[in-house]
Amino acid sequence: MSALAAASASNRRMLKKLLVVALGMFGFGFALVPLYNKVCEVAGLRELWQPGQADAAASNTQVDLTRTLTVEFDSNIRMLPWTFKPMASSVEIHPGELTQMVYEVRNTLDVPVTGQAVPSYGPRLAGQYFRKLECFCFTQQTLAAGEVRQMPVVFVIDPKLPNDVNTITLSYTFFRVEGANVKAGKG
Amino acid sequence: MSAVIDTHGHGHADHGGHEHQPSGLMRWVTTTNHKDIGTMYLWFSFTMLLIGGVLALTLRLELFQPGIQIVNPEFFNQLTTMHGLIMVFGAIMPAFVGFANWQIPMMIGAPDMAFARMNNWSFWLLPVAASLLVISFFVPGGAPAAGWTIYAPLSTQMGPGMDLGIFALHIMGASSIMGSINIVTTILNMRAPGMTLMKMPMFVWTWLITAYLLIAVMPVLAGAITMVLADRHFGTSFFNAAGGGDPVMFQHIFWFFGHPEVYIMILPAFGIISQVIPAFARKPLFGYASMVYATSSIAILSFIVWAHHMFTVGMPTAGLLFFMYATMLIAVPTGVKVFNWLATMWKGSMTFETPMLFAVGFIFVFTMGGFTGLMLAIMPVDVQLQDTYYVVAHFHYVLVAGSLYAIFAGAYFWIPKWTGRMYDETLGKWHFWLSLVFFNITFFPMHFLGLAGMPRRIPDYASQFTEFNQIATVGAFGFGLSQLLFLYIVLKVSVFAQGEKAPAKPWEGADSLEWTHLPSPAPYHSFHEAPEVK
Repeated sequence: MSALAAASASNRRMLKKLLVVALGMFGFGFALVPLYNKVCEVAGLRELWQPGQADAAASNTQVDLTRTLTVEFDSNIRMLPWTFKPMASSVEIHPGELTQMVYEVRNTLDVPVTGQAVPSYGPRLAGQYFRKLECFCFTQQTLAAGEVRQMPVVFVIDPKLPNDVNTITLSYTFFRVEGANVKAGKG
Repeated sequence: MSAVIDTHGHGHADHGGHEHQPSGLMRWVTTTNHKDIGTMYLWFSFTMLLIGGVLALTLRLELFQPGIQIVNPEFFNQLTTMHGLIMVFGAIMPAFVGFANWQIPMMIGAPDMAFARMNNWSFWLLPVAASLLVISFFVPGGAPAAGWTIYAPLSTQMGPGMDLGIFALHIMGASSIMGSINIVTTILNMRAPGMTLMKMPMFVWTWLITAYLLIAVMPVLAGAITMVLADRHFGTSFFNAAGGGDPVMFQHIFWFFGHPEVYIMILPAFGIISQVIPAFARKPLFGYASMVYATSSIAILSFIVWAHHMFTVGMPTAGLLFFMYATMLIAVPTGVKVFNWLATMWKGSMTFETPMLFAVGFIFVFTMGGFTGLMLAIMPVDVQLQDTYYVVAHFHYVLVAGSLYAIFAGAYFWIPKWTGRMYDETLGKWHFWLSLVFFNITFFPMHFLGLAGMPRRIPDYASQFTEFNQIATVGAFGFGLSQLLFLYIVLKVSVFAQGEKAPAKPWEGADSLEWTHLPSPAPYHSFHEAPEVK
């Protein structure tokens, strides 16, 4: 039996060693996460992770602080029982700067009415430099009876705007969408 | 702990140990005998093979025609995933552990495995894990559907089926690690006197290396899926880009496990083939030492090639080139092995019984899979073929015609020793030829489909792929039904105890201890007294 006991003890030692290896490899699996990140950083495998470059990528280089523009806001109604006006008549901004303007619209009737806003620009060539990211004019607007709604337009003026343009007028005209009110319930 | 080795008190030379056996079901639940446990592993894996096969046939039925016919796309994804998981973790790996349990103690002259009770536990964890996998089909959202690789972010977003899948993988991983520790300890500590490492049969050598691979990488998989679990439930962001994590990181960690896993599934197959070919060529294995070194090199190289599974994630050129050349390097030791098998057969007195047929079939078809693997290793080619049916064809050539054929070869080779009866040679040959022909009908057209650009894991396809898919489906049903013949052959010799009695050494050229020192069938307790090895 002593030979057997010796074999058993040596088996137990082996079991412990191999268990330690297995546990170590379990930990190694987690260590791979920082390891891979470090390797990528040191070897420059992921450029965005390079120190310094991340900040550079995040900062907005497109705002042209040397120029100041006046953007005027205008609003018109065509065949609609609504009132419609911007919250400010004009703003002073730099080209490339993200700007938001809010328009307020009120339905004066006691039935739902649907309208569609159509923009126009003065001078007309400014239109192609006027980049709207979000606008109430992208979709039809349905207002319930007597509803008041504030609607944003978010825009950027392209810095490539010609130098002789210093004032841009953004004019919206709301048109009634005929026949839309029958399905206005879902709008 | 001595009681663990001293199973049923057979360490005492004065009795045989049979009288302590519980009978019926409890015999199998409580057994610590390596032969019983090996048998259970093998039956478990065959059951899983049939379940995974039914899933595969459902896939092939859906792919018989373009369009969606019998399963919806969500369920199709579950089927591909579960087919992969069940075949890899339920069929192939347990089958090799079954062989290890039966053969390693007999081949090195040990009375049993080193930790017999842990051995029992290793096995009985598997049905639990398999049940979790099957149950996952019935929870809301269904079974895991992210592919067997369970890539994040799919795996971090799926329903509770993924949790069951992760737990199943944890349990199977624990089972594998315990089994591997057992195997390493048995091989290193319990060899018969005179059995030096370089005298061990090749099957034992390949399992020693495989077991080390398992101990090294199974915990890494456990870590990876634990991180997925934490991302799913505990608000961590290992792989969640929105929280600063990186989904590609999962692929890196997974394939750090996954590539060695590929060799875990093929190295024991190499071992079986290295036993079978010398026995039927009636010559010793050519280049034994080079076989050992080649196996070790494959194992070591397997740790530095993982990113060849992910050539398209956007790596720098230096990384792509490194992984491409490292991968191609593996062809060298693999070529050494194939060369050695061919050299063993060269001018041998060969006969072609079923085990030899499967072994020669293995060399032929596995080598084709190896060559398509080399093509996929070439990074510019892989970018074209990534996630196409070419990849599906490649890994079925190495896993079905490689691992599964080796399992069949080994089963036919050792069935006389295990059951004491010769299997039906005619039916065995039928099984081989049907398997070989239908295997190639199934998977050879997939090369063309992949080269033509058919993506894998998609239930629908463009109509120009129809003919090849129909051929593949017909082949798949033929291949699947052929395996029922194997079931019949095995049931006939084991459960129904039919067939002529096997002599102690039915294969003329076989020379390892189980043939030379033990009768057929091998007694329940073998090698109480360690044999002397010259």
